[in-house]
Amino acid sequence: MQVTMTVNGEEVTREIEGRLLLVHFLRDHLGLTGTHWGCDTSNCGTCVVRLDGEPVKSCTVLAAMAGGHEVSTVEGLEQNGALDPVQKGFMECHGLQCGFCTPGMMMTARALLDENPSPSEPEIREAISGQICRCTGYSTIVRSVQWAAAEEAGTRTTTTAADGVPAAPETAPTTTPGSAS
Amino acid sequence: MTLVSGQEPVTAFEDNDHKPVGHGRMLRKEDPRLVRGKGRFVDDVQLPGMLHLAILRSPMAHARITSVDTSLAEAHPKVKLVVTGAMLAEKGLAWMPTLSGDVQAVLATDKVRFQGQEVAFVVAEDHYAARDALELIDVDYEPLDPVVDVRTALAPEAPVIRDDLEGKTDNHCFDWETGDADATDAVFARADVVVSEDIVYPRVHPAPMETCGAVADFDSVDGKLTLWSTTQAPHAHRTLYAIVAGLPEHKIRVIAPDIGGGFGNKVPIYPGYVCAIVGSLLIGKPVKWMEDRTENLVSTGFARDYIMRGEIAATSDGKILAIRTHVLADHGAFNGTAAPVKYPAGFFGVFTGSYDIEAAHCKMTAVYTNKAPGGVAYACSFRITEAVYLVERMVDCLSYELAMDPIELRTKNFIQPEQFPYTTKTGWVYDSGNYEPTMELAKELAGYDELRAEQAEKRARGELMGIGVCFFTEAVGAGPRKDMDILGLGMADGCELRVHPTGKAVVRLSVQTQGQGHETTFAQIVAEEIGIPPQDIDVVHGDTDQTPFGLGTYGSRSTPVSGAAAALVARKVRDKAKIIASGMLEVSVADLEWAKGSFHVKGDPSASVTIQDIAMKAHGAGDLPEGLEGGLEAQICYNPENLTYPHGAYICVVDIDPGTAQVKVRRFIAVDDCGTRINPMIIEGQVHGGLTDGVGMALMEMISFDEDGNCLGGSLMDYLIPTALECPDWETGFTVTPSPHHPIGAKGVGESATVGSPPAVVNAVVDALKPFGIRHADMPLTPSRVWDAMQGRPTPPI
Repeated sequence: MQVTMTVNGEEVTREIEGRLLLVHFLRDHLGLTGTHWGCDTSNCGTCVVRLDGEPVKSCTVLAAMAGGHEVSTVEGLEQNGALDPVQKGFMECHGLQCGFCTPGMMMTARALLDENPSPSEPEIREAISGQICRCTGYSTIVRSVQWAAAEEAGTRTTTTAADGVPAAPETAPTTTPGSAS
Repeated sequence: MTLVSGQEPVTAFEDNDHKPVGHGRMLRKEDPRLVRGKGRFVDDVQLPGMLHLAILRSPMAHARITSVDTSLAEAHPKVKLVVTGAMLAEKGLAWMPTLSGDVQAVLATDKVRFQGQEVAFVVAEDHYAARDALELIDVDYEPLDPVVDVRTALAPEAPVIRDDLEGKTDNHCFDWETGDADATDAVFARADVVVSEDIVYPRVHPAPMETCGAVADFDSVDGKLTLWSTTQAPHAHRTLYAIVAGLPEHKIRVIAPDIGGGFGNKVPIYPGYVCAIVGSLLIGKPVKWMEDRTENLVSTGFARDYIMRGEIAATSDGKILAIRTHVLADHGAFNGTAAPVKYPAGFFGVFTGSYDIEAAHCKMTAVYTNKAPGGVAYACSFRITEAVYLVERMVDCLSYELAMDPIELRTKNFIQPEQFPYTTKTGWVYDSGNYEPTMELAKELAGYDELRAEQAEKRARGELMGIGVCFFTEAVGAGPRKDMDILGLGMADGCELRVHPTGKAVVRLSVQTQGQGHETTFAQIVAEEIGIPPQDIDVVHGDTDQTPFGLGTYGSRSTPVSGAAAALVARKVRDKAKIIASGMLEVSVADLEWAKGSFHVKGDPSASVTIQDIAMKAHGAGDLPEGLEGGLEAQICYNPENLTYPHGAYICVVDIDPGTAQVKVRRFIAVDDCGTRINPMIIEGQVHGGLTDGVGMALMEMISFDEDGNCLGGSLMDYLIPTALECPDWETGFTVTPSPHHPIGAKGVGESATVGSPPAVVNAVVDALKPFGIRHADMPLTPSRVWDAMQGRPTPPI
């Protein structure tokens, strides 16, 4: 069958099998491999994209069902060479490690901030609770979303993120308890 | 959100006196591609003509294969190849060596030995067709009784799983012993107090978000195999493929691209990788294999599964005298444990923990069962998770018996700073440690005394609040090659540094990041040593054609071994740079002084050349000092003289709903000491991730089996991993006790939190249940298990 949808603002038409999952359509047919596939039971959320603005698990949507709709993926977050504040937040706050859950987490975060520009910590945790991260323990993801919210609220002056320069080493003297607050 | 190192501001060069400094909080070099969806993971690899492989797996735990009919699958229009165990056997490829020197079936020939075992594979034009074709393969099984319970696996009537091994008449895998049995028995005989407990560390699974997979591309013209794969040890894999497949090693190129988490799951060689290679060899086209989540959980390396009887002996005033343990280890159907050859139980021998005791002894028996192979995985540092869990649970049981505060009891028994290097009663030489300040800091961050007061009030009101303490000593950085090798490959790691004419550099590693940030931190290590800004240093890893040989990343060994290599190779290059500088400044080498990024004449800082000037000179025109070759580069293979022994003090606070028995982790305070800290932001992230593992293992995660050997944890519907809702906002702190033998004093840390957090959580839950008179309950402490404990019912055996 033929399917036509808008992906990251661009209309695409492809010949597909009716059973093809949206996640595989995006990855294998369009080469948009930022969206990942991490489970087979719709739990992990590494495949989250936005369908008409709603975050959905693309492993649980048939590509055919997306026909006539608008899909946005991680590849569409950056606009005109400018990173989305969510992307910057994840880099600034070390909200990712292996990076496998990151695209899905960021798509959910983007959807959350579009609806609620200043979510509380519990609201952020609830929003991403359909997604699993094995690396970060979530605290820095929460901070990343808060960073993006603050950035968008204009309360933060932008700092360079991409190739940061190391700060002064911690000053804890040998075998003396320290902490950096 | 207190005392979190990640809150430090990013500062620029100016704050460092204009000198490039390596160590410190630096944002990650890998992030720009990963936040754009431009990472390149194995399943992202697309090659011209690439085919897709899917594996047919056994539905039974133990059964003889009587026939395999592949004719319908072969007739499928999109299918290119169907391969069975019998076909592999003809080529001598049906079995492969494991990392423990056992053998494992690539595809089952005689019989299947665990549910999920590989039986046949299909190569087809696309992934969907390959899966369709699996349904068309008809296998006849003759069921055999499965061996599921490790406690009865050695009974004389138990079916023999490994009848493929010549003369094998039982399910015994190996015995192992450490410490001094007689001395330990003698101490136990005279101790005032002896406490014993049966403790199970249940089978869990690392479950990285990206499953295992590979793309094999055999080029029949030049006879070269290129294999993209999810491997934590690309060089070791290359060598093993050379041995298994009989290909010359220089004709094998293993590429580990971005890896979506490893956690030890991606150390072993799995049958799927070999199948992909065989598929590509037979068809002459690239073949991709990517397992799904269920395949990952049921067939790849599990973790733990130790059944431990712990015993601790002490004086009545709380001096710990000895620890004794018997362990029954479930290794599944094949011994696939990833551990150094001489250490079949990994480093479990460190079970004496952080305490100065008189004697210790462990006796272990490992057995085969009808389950997937594995054992060493999930940030265990070669079984140290089990060792630390044992000792930290036993110390808590003792504190319960003596009615002594768990921190007071631990502090009283700590190895003292002046005792390092400290040789334990099982022969491990701890490099350095200063335990009391670390414990004190955790206590202070937690507000421990206030927490105990709060607990007393709540207890009086019938509320269930628990405070759990864990103090651990890790042993990471395997290891000295005189003792440690994997299948004959010494556990050393290489590093190569090349400085380009314009003063930029490339550093090539033998270790393999899976998210731990090596591309950033190794640039920082080199930057600190050679004064080239870290953003001018590219880190290359994961390509065996391009990087020096080494054993890869697991056991928190990257910083201890490869990090040392990176520092030393940079010093080697700096030494050469110094000679070049002496020629440029026309002084002797002895008259030069290093100032992070430049050499100047002693007493005259204005007479100086930068490392960038020197790099250009090294590659440029004009003479170099007598006897010096051009270029500015070096290579090293670092053989560590000892492991590193980071330590940590963890405190967990839980609340338990008395009506539903649900455990809520309210706070978690983690103070880690990993010596010199290369990048505090990255360390904090490592710790957060490991603490989450601990909450998962302690409260949610388990791979269990029914009596027929059906795996009951085979999907994320059943195998529960913490989400943002089960985790508190982590609170971290640190102390710094450098490793004296490491070139920059740095110790590993990646697995510390996974090792240290489960006992803290369990100790907290048991502490909360004190009013019920409970001294121990087995993980995972799910509501039903905690409820059972509250009703006085023992937790069900696993």
